[in-house]
Amino acid sequence: MKETTLTIPSNLPRTRREPSKGWAWPKLRELWEFRELVYFFAWRDIKVRYRQTVMGVLWAIIQPFFTMVIFSLFFGRLANIPSEGVPYPVFSFAALVPWTFFANALTQASNSLVVNTNMVKKIYFPRLALPIATVLAGVIDFALAFVVLLGIMLYYGFAPTTNIVWLPFFVLLALVTSIGVSLWLSAMNVQFRDVRYTIPFLTQAWLFVTPIAYPSSLLPEPWRIVYGLNPMAGVVEGFRWALLGTDTAPGKMILVSVLVAFTLFISGAFYFRRMEQSFADVL
Amino acid sequence: MSDVAINVERLGKTFQIGGRQKSYYRLTDQLVDTIVAPFRRARNLMRGQAGGASDLEETIWALENISFQVKAGQVVGIIGRNGAGKSTLLKILSGISDPTEGFADIYGRVGSLLEVGTGFHPELTGRENIYLNGAILGMKKAEIERKLDEIVAFAEVDKFLDTPVKHYSSGMYVRLAFSVAAHLEPEILLVDEVLAVGDIAFQRKCLGKMDDVAQQGRTVVFVSHNMGLLQQLCERGIFLQQGSVHTDGTITEAVDAYLQTLERAISQDISKRTDRKGVGQAKLVYAEVTNGSNGHSSILKTGQPARFVFCVDAFVPGIACNFFIHDAIGQPVTSFYSRVRGPQDSYDPNNGLQFVCELDELLLLPGRYRIDVAIVGDNKLQDFIEAAGVLEVGDGQVDGRPAQHDGKASVIMRHRWTLPTKS
Repeated sequence: MKETTLTIPSNLPRTRREPSKGWAWPKLRELWEFRELVYFFAWRDIKVRYRQTVMGVLWAIIQPFFTMVIFSLFFGRLANIPSEGVPYPVFSFAALVPWTFFANALTQASNSLVVNTNMVKKIYFPRLALPIATVLAGVIDFALAFVVLLGIMLYYGFAPTTNIVWLPFFVLLALVTSIGVSLWLSAMNVQFRDVRYTIPFLTQAWLFVTPIAYPSSLLPEPWRIVYGLNPMAGVVEGFRWALLGTDTAPGKMILVSVLVAFTLFISGAFYFRRMEQSFADVL
Repeated sequence: MSDVAINVERLGKTFQIGGRQKSYYRLTDQLVDTIVAPFRRARNLMRGQAGGASDLEETIWALENISFQVKAGQVVGIIGRNGAGKSTLLKILSGISDPTEGFADIYGRVGSLLEVGTGFHPELTGRENIYLNGAILGMKKAEIERKLDEIVAFAEVDKFLDTPVKHYSSGMYVRLAFSVAAHLEPEILLVDEVLAVGDIAFQRKCLGKMDDVAQQGRTVVFVSHNMGLLQQLCERGIFLQQGSVHTDGTITEAVDAYLQTLERAISQDISKRTDRKGVGQAKLVYAEVTNGSNGHSSILKTGQPARFVFCVDAFVPGIACNFFIHDAIGQPVTSFYSRVRGPQDSYDPNNGLQFVCELDELLLLPGRYRIDVAIVGDNKLQDFIEAAGVLEVGDGQVDGRPAQHDGKASVIMRHRWTLPTKS
């Protein structure tokens, strides 16, 4: 059935499917169009996460809380690690709240594409939605743990200082770091399943190079800027400063952290874009 | 003059096969390849291969040089044997995977239904899944809300709307999944073999829905093995063979060309055929249809016995053999499932990896039929071959009554008339 010449419709948008090679701009506009999908993915993760568990949503608190108890016993009591004049439990918990958010985001988001293989292979939607939604779903857990943190502060008689107005900034920094790392890891995980096995090791190692159990003031000054290369160091120190008024004012170290976090985020988005066209074929 | 909806030009897609590329690649593999590749290339150069091209990967063309246009409002059926590239084409059109060369332009919003129920979460309720699945398929929340009642009514699950779908029967599950997808309202709809779901009544309802979609002037691209269905729904047909367009014409022309090549495939040795689907731990290597009498004649007659033999090359847990008989125009006639047992079934361990199905009385009208065979096992589709065999049924009798070929029907039943006169 040979058609006579067909006209190109003027009122409809054209989408071109063509080979995409090399580096290209991340599909941000498309992600924006599908923002409701990001919301639904996050909502699904939250709804499903604690179904059929006995403790339910308490798990969001148990994990950082017991880590804090263990840290307080071994690092605070036995090793007598300094905590910048703040009771050790408050000191470590204020760091564990953003850290737990980051570590969980990392673990879950890096598997988000692999876990949803069937969907990726059978339906088209912006792939960015999966790791991003998984990270965002962790915000609820973070909020719950944060309430507990406020409770512990109250118990030890700490009122937040005016520095607290900066807290949203550090939350944002934690979010940017988490998404950045997740974009890298989730895209790599599609191609190289080695990633799955390195995650537990990675988070454990990262925990110790982040000043959670100890203050970054243990390091002499010139090294603290280098420390900022770990963006979670900036987040954790920022949290303590904003909530507890410890001395690490947002200086050069945090500036370095911000730069690194955004570099991770942007490079992650580009790397993801480069890999995403092969997801359906490789998975 | 009409508007174009899809314009495909010189589209091609390769896949890497061989060695380890089939599954995923380990980081260490890449490291090794990166180190080894230059040496291999050098070796190839010395052997005089052009450009020292690396032969690390073997590529196959799943689609090659495909060009066609679909005008707005047209309903097109894509047909072809397994591995012909139909699903790959739909995946490229829907944006799931990228072509290797050429391009496809699509004018308007695309909705694709490549598999029913993908993205459903068993722990979520029916209502929650409607929202989630709708969003995955590209619907806006407001749009889903507007259509919720319609979707629920269509799926007939209103009573269980707030029950987690893991408690649904498989029929309900599929009905709900299809219903969400059927209420998509894109300008272009891509559908892959999803109508074969649910019970007959629901299938008919889905067909009606699909017909409506076509009537509303939307562009639809269908992939199906059901020739009857395609002829009912489509005006145009594109027959793909081994990744290229074999026939592009009216649906009847395309179906005819397809059935002709199927006929040719039948004469091929089954174990050498590559147009198969399934994981392939166990494969069909031999199929035979005889009249079961002494001498194993392959001439079948209506009302006479028939004997089907299928051999597989390996054993997997829970292995079963299913076969489907289709008439000359590709309409399904009847099916046989070795898993569905009756008291007359028996075992023969001395038979090797062989499934034998015997009929005392073949109740098919004279004509030509083809058999599709599916081997299942280990809870997976192991192997599926279209036209694994052909049935040539000759004139015969049932209860002493001659069976005649009437050009339309396929089945005869034993029956008895009471007549007003003896004339």
